[in-house]
Amino acid sequence: MTPTHTTIFRLRGEAGSRRVTGLKIAPRHWYCLPVMAVLLVWFALASPAQADVSPQRAQALLQALDTDDFDAKAEAAQAIAASDAAQKTRWLEAFLDGRLGRERDGERFYIITDDSGREWPIIDAITFEDAGTGSRRSVDAFRINNTLRTQLQGLIASLSLDEGDEATRLDAAKRLIGEVDAQSVDAVATQLDNEDSPAIRAEIETALALYRVEQGEGEALATLEGNLDTRVRNSLTTIANSDAPIAADAEKVLAGIENKRAWYERGQTLFFGLSAGSVLVLAAIGLAITFGVMGVINMAHGELIMLGAYTTWMIQQLLPGQPGLALLLAIPGGFLVAGAFGILIERSVIRFLKGRPLETLLATFGISLILQQLVRTVFSPLNRRVNSPDWLQGAWHLNEALSLTLNRLGVLIFCLVVFAALWALMRYTRLGLEVRAVTQNRAMARSMGVRAARVDMLTFGLGAGVAGLAGVALSQITNVGPNLGQSYIVDSFLVVVFGGVGNLWGTLVAGMSLGVINQVLQPWVGAVLAKVIVLIGVILFIQKRPQGLFAPKGRTS
Amino acid sequence: MKPNKLIKWLAMSGVAIGSVNMAVAQEDDTIKVGILHSLSGTMAISESTLKDEMLMLIEEQNEKGGLLGKKLEPVVMDPASDWSLYAEQARDMLTGDDKVDVIFGNWTSASRKAVLPVVEEENGLLFYPVQYEGEESSENIFYTGAAPNQQAIPAVDYLRSQGVERWALLGTDYVYPRTTNKILEAYLKEHGVADEDIMVNYTPFGFSNWQSIVSDVADFGSQGKKTAVVSTINGDANVPFYTELSNQGISASDIPVVAFSVGEQELSGIDTGPLVGHMAAWNYFMSVDSDANYDFIDNWVEFTDDETAVTNDPMEAHYIGFNMWLEAVREAGTADVDAVKDSIIGVTVPNLSGGSSAMMPNHHITKPVMIGEIQDDGQFSVVWETSGNVAGDAWSDYLPESQNLISDWRAPLRCGKLNVESMTCEDGAGDE
Repeated sequence: MTPTHTTIFRLRGEAGSRRVTGLKIAPRHWYCLPVMAVLLVWFALASPAQADVSPQRAQALLQALDTDDFDAKAEAAQAIAASDAAQKTRWLEAFLDGRLGRERDGERFYIITDDSGREWPIIDAITFEDAGTGSRRSVDAFRINNTLRTQLQGLIASLSLDEGDEATRLDAAKRLIGEVDAQSVDAVATQLDNEDSPAIRAEIETALALYRVEQGEGEALATLEGNLDTRVRNSLTTIANSDAPIAADAEKVLAGIENKRAWYERGQTLFFGLSAGSVLVLAAIGLAITFGVMGVINMAHGELIMLGAYTTWMIQQLLPGQPGLALLLAIPGGFLVAGAFGILIERSVIRFLKGRPLETLLATFGISLILQQLVRTVFSPLNRRVNSPDWLQGAWHLNEALSLTLNRLGVLIFCLVVFAALWALMRYTRLGLEVRAVTQNRAMARSMGVRAARVDMLTFGLGAGVAGLAGVALSQITNVGPNLGQSYIVDSFLVVVFGGVGNLWGTLVAGMSLGVINQVLQPWVGAVLAKVIVLIGVILFIQKRPQGLFAPKGRTS
Repeated sequence: MKPNKLIKWLAMSGVAIGSVNMAVAQEDDTIKVGILHSLSGTMAISESTLKDEMLMLIEEQNEKGGLLGKKLEPVVMDPASDWSLYAEQARDMLTGDDKVDVIFGNWTSASRKAVLPVVEEENGLLFYPVQYEGEESSENIFYTGAAPNQQAIPAVDYLRSQGVERWALLGTDYVYPRTTNKILEAYLKEHGVADEDIMVNYTPFGFSNWQSIVSDVADFGSQGKKTAVVSTINGDANVPFYTELSNQGISASDIPVVAFSVGEQELSGIDTGPLVGHMAAWNYFMSVDSDANYDFIDNWVEFTDDETAVTNDPMEAHYIGFNMWLEAVREAGTADVDAVKDSIIGVTVPNLSGGSSAMMPNHHITKPVMIGEIQDDGQFSVVWETSGNVAGDAWSDYLPESQNLISDWRAPLRCGKLNVESMTCEDGAGDE
């Protein structure tokens, strides 16, 4: 929108502002007003350096913002950007943040320097002198809406023009696609000649080719082959459905594009499935140890996950402003806290109920309710906000059709690491050996000198600790609240049973495949039905093969 | 001790600690106000705030001298997010030892539907503070939250004025989103939106795997027409939904989301930086500019002793409902249910947005409708507002099965489901 047109100038370079008037301002677009605003600012920028304006003039400029009409505000903002006022950038930035306001019963204008509390420190907007504090009762902050926000961002960007930055130019070039017209085509072509960066050249070439195709030049279609940009696809769809002479050719190119997109979409679905599966695996893998290996039906498993998530939150509270470090520290932290609770539960309840699965089930269900209400009482029933570090926000854009969201990718990798560590632990350490020995034949293991009670305690603690790790990971993708665990307990049992009780590999394969199946079904039948179908599928599978995907070897029952 | 009694006892002892005034009030010369909000279980996240708010309002009223010379006494129960427990405890409130004069309570439609037969049978009064799907009018329930025409329809009108042509209707799979989306679909089609420009999707409660749905929406919105998402996604599922939106790089300028169930309280669990510009439609926002609102916020902050405490739309609904009830009792000179039922219709009290709200004959109220855009501090900034109040419509005009129905609980008619074409009362005549 607005930045598009701003940046066109940047691309044109010396093609100059003389041409500006010729630029198409499509009246069909609802955003044409802000576009014009930016154009006018462009003219204004040509005027010489800024100077201080009189306080009366500054007052008048700000006064114009004090209206309820967003169109009028847009004009006022544009007038500010075009003025000579030295304060204008700061004004616009404060306006964008909702921190520029007016005294309720007076004529002064303020900038709120920190709007986090209920009493805000404020400064005079014209002199920038300290003006004490204000609150919502005394300062009326000017409001903006989406359209105005986009325009302000454009204005501020044009005020701090930064030529030559490759990322900016690339961004501008991307916005060109579909925006080239008869007036600007020459300038864009000149820009292409002056451009060195291959990535930017590719974008500009696409933009030009799309324009030429729209003008009916069939040769330009070759450039668009396999292009994944949605604007290219939309334009080609229109052309293919028209009776233009190149319609048939366009359709061929379009088919190629759709085909390529379909493949990337399959890739994306696979990623979605694996990431959904990794969440299942993480939630279930602790259970695979306590339920699968020890045979304890632990209904409080979900709450141990929740404790891990709350630990993450608490560590973040202790380290404000460092969500990344806090998250890394939460990995051992969540493990230890949940593990400690697990050992406590094992020592105080479960060991007395050995061999009585029904009572264990009821007792641990009770524990889960107690833990939930405990968290509600201690931390309040409201969800807690766990911040994501920058490196877990946003997505990794492979191309226009395929991008991997970083938090999901992080969880997927974390899941694989946890799995590998756990597998190595069971396979190569003494504890793992003892756990396997106790599971296979308790009496024999004890007669060989293995302290079965201690192994039980550590195994349960390990399973609980891994649940805590799942909580740390879940804090990045879902709510941290008292009900966090409830939503995962059924799925966890499902995965463990489906994968084969007592088998870590089974849990991995089961979790991942359930995730993928679910995500493949979801677009077809909706989220609710997808879950039902998966559940029925697992039930039928268990009927046919009660031992699950991977049957335990040997004589364990 | 029965479990209910035990819970009540626990709750009451909590109240007694919270406020010294309460201990002074004695059994006989008090008017009892039932508060039926879940304090444990899934709904505690939303409802426990409303319980605190009611305690605050009652305490304030008692400081002002009570009502009709009597003190108000809160009776708090905890239905523990269990719909059938709501019905049981409502009956207990109305018939048990306490015999409350009015109940303020419920959040979900399911719990309201469970309580409805009880309050009708025992002739109680229930003030229900949450926006809901409409298509209901009970003689004993007063709906102070928004009906669809006080929230959904104006929001869609606003988006249409912003040039939106394609609509993704996303909701949680239960009665409120399904009915609201049915009304919206009918409304949009009536205004010339084609079938292929409407996408409807439902997800389970607490859903968190939004990836493929958000990517579908992104795809749906990339076909060259301005697209918006109308979200009736409930509660917990919102945080992962918005996180996924921002991670997939969908900003409010690409595909704006307007939500009907996301308020200040829900946002307190999210980093709103990437969500700036997404919208919500309500009848009240904490950022509303009026002295009544600032006073209310100050009192609330003081009562909760929490500088960061937020207020939201259902809280305003209870504020209005409570004041309407007070006014109606004063007018009737008694807290007797039948008298109050008659006197409350037409009662007008100030709301928190600077205007005033009136109780309509259909037991819904008049309120302004506002669209707010999310700010980076977790608040909303009002970008659009109806020029006046909108009266709640119990029966939607956009559904074929209810377009001829109205509700009027005034004396001669006393009917909640009157067919204006045949002039017959479809659920039988009223009590008298």
